[in-house]
Amino acid sequence: MPTTVIYGDKTSQVASASAQGDNLWLSLDDVHRATGWELKPEGVCKGEICVPIPPRRHDEFVRADKSFNLGAFARHLGQPVAYDDAHAVWFFGEGSDARRNHLRSLEAPDFTLPDIDGKKHSLSDYRGKKVLLLSWASW
Amino acid sequence: MAFDTGGVAAVREYIRPAQPLQIAPEMLDIMGWNSEDYARAAAPTYPNLIDEQHIVAELYSINNVPMSVWIDERGHIVRPAEPAGATDGFRTMDRTTYKMAEEVADQGRIARKRYVDALRDWVAKGDKSEFVLSPEEIRARIQAPSDKDAMATANFRLGQWLYSNGHAEAARPYLVKARGLSPERWHYFRQTLELEEVGKASGPDFFGAIDALGNRPYYPPVEWKSPGK
Repeated sequence: MPTTVIYGDKTSQVASASAQGDNLWLSLDDVHRATGWELKPEGVCKGEICVPIPPRRHDEFVRADKSFNLGAFARHLGQPVAYDDAHAVWFFGEGSDARRNHLRSLEAPDFTLPDIDGKKHSLSDYRGKKVLLLSWASW
Repeated sequence: MAFDTGGVAAVREYIRPAQPLQIAPEMLDIMGWNSEDYARAAAPTYPNLIDEQHIVAELYSINNVPMSVWIDERGHIVRPAEPAGATDGFRTMDRTTYKMAEEVADQGRIARKRYVDALRDWVAKGDKSEFVLSPEEIRARIQAPSDKDAMATANFRLGQWLYSNGHAEAARPYLVKARGLSPERWHYFRQTLELEEVGKASGPDFFGAIDALGNRPYYPPVEWKSPGK
C-alpha cells in the first residue's frame, strides 16, 4: 500500500515510503516530489533555504540506499508530525515557531479555498481591498 | 468561512433556507438579531468559502465561531482574531425553551451593533479609524500557537483526512487528541462532537464544557482600542 504524505497543503501518494516507528524513509525523488525539499551537498534545500545536516548524525537522515528520513528531518526542524500506521498516512505541519513568527509579522497569511460551487478563491485575490475574514460553522 | 468536515455535501444536506416567519423569537434573542434584520433577503456578493481542514483557524489562531480578523488593503492584519459581536449571554438561557432574560438579549443586540458600527467606521476611515490597533497591540493580542497547538493541528488534520476518506473510527482518537492538546480551541471540540452525531456540537457535551468554564469567558469581551487611544 502506498503511503499518503500530507505535507502542509500538499497530499502525495508515495510508493517508496517505509515507516519504522516515528521514522519515515523515502527515496530522494519522492522527498522532492512530496515536500519540495532536495538533498544537496550543502544540506537539505528548498528554494534559497538550505538546512545543514549535522555531520555526526548523517546516518540518521540518509541511508546508503539514498533514502531519506523525513521523520528525523521534521524533528530537526521542529515540525509537528502525526501518523496512522494502519492506513499508512502521515501529516507534517508547520512548527509553532514558524507560525508565531509569521503571525507577528502582521502579514495576513494567504490561503486558497473553494466556495460551494467549487470555485477557488485566494485571499491574495482581494489585495487592494479591505477584507473582513469571518469564521462561521454549520458543524 | 464554514468550518465543516464533509464540506459541500454537508452544507447542502444540513442547511436549508428558513422562511423569515419560521424563526423562533428566542433564536432572534440568542443571535442578537431583530426581525427586520432577519427578514432581509440574503444575497451575498462576497465569497463564502468552505474550510474542511480548518486551515484558516490554524493560520490566524481563530479558535471559535463567530470570530473575525480585519485585513487592510496592503494585506496587513489591523485587528487579530476576536469574537465578532458575539457575547456570553447565551450561557444564561433556558436550555429547554431557549428563553433568556430581556436585559441579556438587549446586551447581545448592543454588542452586535457596536461590532457592526466599528466595522463601518474602519471601512469609512481606513487607518484613521480609532478601531485600527497599533502593531504592538496586535502582536500583544495574537494568540500565537504553542507547541501543543501545533501538535493538535497535526492530529486534527490527520483525523480529518481519515474521516474524509471513509475511516471514521480510525479518525476519532486523533480528533480527540487534538481537543486534549488544545482544549481552548473550541472548533476542534465542536467539530469532533458533530462528527460523532449530528447536533452534538450544540448538545449537552458542549454545554457541559461551557459550564466547566465557571467564571472564565467563552467569548472574551472585545477591547476596542489600543491602550492610550
